[in-house]
Amino acid sequence: MKERFSGLHSVLQGRDGRRLSRLANIGTPYLWLGLFFLLPLVIVLQISLAETALAQPPYTRLWEWAGDGVLQIRLNLENFALVLGDELYLAAFLNSLWVALVCTLLCLLIGYPMAYAIATAPERARVLLLMLIILPFWTSFLIRVYAWIGILKPNGLLNNFLTWLGLIDGPLTILHTQTAVYIGVVYSYLPFMILPLFANLSRMDMSLLEAAADLGCRPFKAFLKVTLPLSFPGILAGSMLVFIPVVGEFVIPDLLGGPDSLMVGKMLWTEFFGNKDWPLASAVAISLLALLVVPFMMMRHLEQRLGGEDL
Amino acid sequence: MSQDRWKLYLLLGLGLAFLYVPVLLLIVYSFNESRLVTVWSGFSTRWYGELLRNQQLLDAAWLSVRIAATNATFAVVLGTLAANALVRHGRFRGRGPFELLLTAPLVMPEVIIGLSLLLLFVAMENMIDWPNGRGFTTITIAHITFSMAYVAVVVRSRLSQMDRSLEEAAMDLGARPLKVYLTITLPLIAPALLSGWLLAFTLSLDDLVIASFVAGPGSTTLPMVIYSSVRMGVSPQINALATIIVLIVSAGVIIAGLLMGRRSFSRPG
Repeated sequence: MKERFSGLHSVLQGRDGRRLSRLANIGTPYLWLGLFFLLPLVIVLQISLAETALAQPPYTRLWEWAGDGVLQIRLNLENFALVLGDELYLAAFLNSLWVALVCTLLCLLIGYPMAYAIATAPERARVLLLMLIILPFWTSFLIRVYAWIGILKPNGLLNNFLTWLGLIDGPLTILHTQTAVYIGVVYSYLPFMILPLFANLSRMDMSLLEAAADLGCRPFKAFLKVTLPLSFPGILAGSMLVFIPVVGEFVIPDLLGGPDSLMVGKMLWTEFFGNKDWPLASAVAISLLALLVVPFMMMRHLEQRLGGEDL
Repeated sequence: MSQDRWKLYLLLGLGLAFLYVPVLLLIVYSFNESRLVTVWSGFSTRWYGELLRNQQLLDAAWLSVRIAATNATFAVVLGTLAANALVRHGRFRGRGPFELLLTAPLVMPEVIIGLSLLLLFVAMENMIDWPNGRGFTTITIAHITFSMAYVAVVVRSRLSQMDRSLEEAAMDLGARPLKVYLTITLPLIAPALLSGWLLAFTLSLDDLVIASFVAGPGSTTLPMVIYSSVRMGVSPQINALATIIVLIVSAGVIIAGLLMGRRSFSRPG
């Protein structure tokens, strides 16, 4: 016990040790996220209020010292006026929300029976099935989207197959349409829906269903009255995990979508890389962020209620 | 209930087929002789040979692997610290914003993360002359920022399910908290650390959007090469590359799955 009072050791235990541990565990990640996640968003907001300039970096400064200690601040709201007023941008925002909504519902429709089947499968099969769901999630996103180009293009595998079956005469146009975007998004995001649903369903008390059956409830009605309401947190968690990132998706609409599938993520990319308009790209980013705050807060609220188990 | 089970398994099978058939087709056609990816003309491994002679692609792959490994190592450290904070420090002041900052990168659209970090790096370069040019460092920092959030999720669930009696026993016997953490806690959560590392590694290896924003002219990562090639249309070389990546990742996931053990998979929560 004498070492308790000697130098380093006293730092590593007792109150000092606790303080040091707090500093390391809370302070380090906090500092990192503050510097590389929060601060950048503040800078985006700042630059969204600047004007484009032929300079390096290509935007004007918001404030300047005009001599005599007078600080001049110039805020430019035109970027937001353009983003919120322009029909093309409005169409892109609406289409992004629409694609995210449709794909979330499709993921739910396809994913729910899958999650239910896995959650109620025998214990040994469950591990294997869960692994099969997780595996694609780890495989390169870009490559999985690329796989669909070869399948959907006019002389691709799907058209060749359907022609061989004699079901179609000429090739179907699927690649570079909104349909291809739906397929690509559902394909890529399905595991994000299944995993929280599975986590929720596997915790469910099955004796409730037995009780319902004993009381003469038909299986389908029991599903509607018992299982579905109880799995609501899982449904909401999975939906948020699909909906929020899909609204800002870039790769899928860019590679699979066509001119009619305009989405915000792609617009932002084009403003930045194509038109080199950093302030406008920033205004698009801030608008997108504002749009996603409500669903994000819903997800957070849910997560806090469930103690973060489903995500 | 049981007469409905086969319908349920049919739906599950169809769903799994939907998830796996595209990737399996990709692998099959990587062994296709023809340059036209979707027309089968005989078995050949020539595209694998050409892949190995494509210097630009090999350079990009090496850069990506180095970034991914550095990223994963830092992300595991930061993510584990964050998980410690959430599981072991109770209701500390600022816990709400802390959790918010840690969850947001999981769902934040990549275009926003990429753009915001680029603007940060440009602003920093103007103010403090760092980072001097963009490339390895800036891409790695960007990747750590979102990977650590994923690592925190994985480590946190392991840490909160952990049996704490061993730690308490060691404390009772007079071991110091840091020593207890290093010799007892860390080995117990090691499987989660490993799967967190692998997850961070693959997330980094896979990222196109964020890297495109924060990369400099001289630093092209593997996804960036794949993307510019894919935009030109399908190419058998990309199929071969995809096959190699899928095989490596599958092997990694299966090993990690076995290490994580049956328990953590079959009894979540």
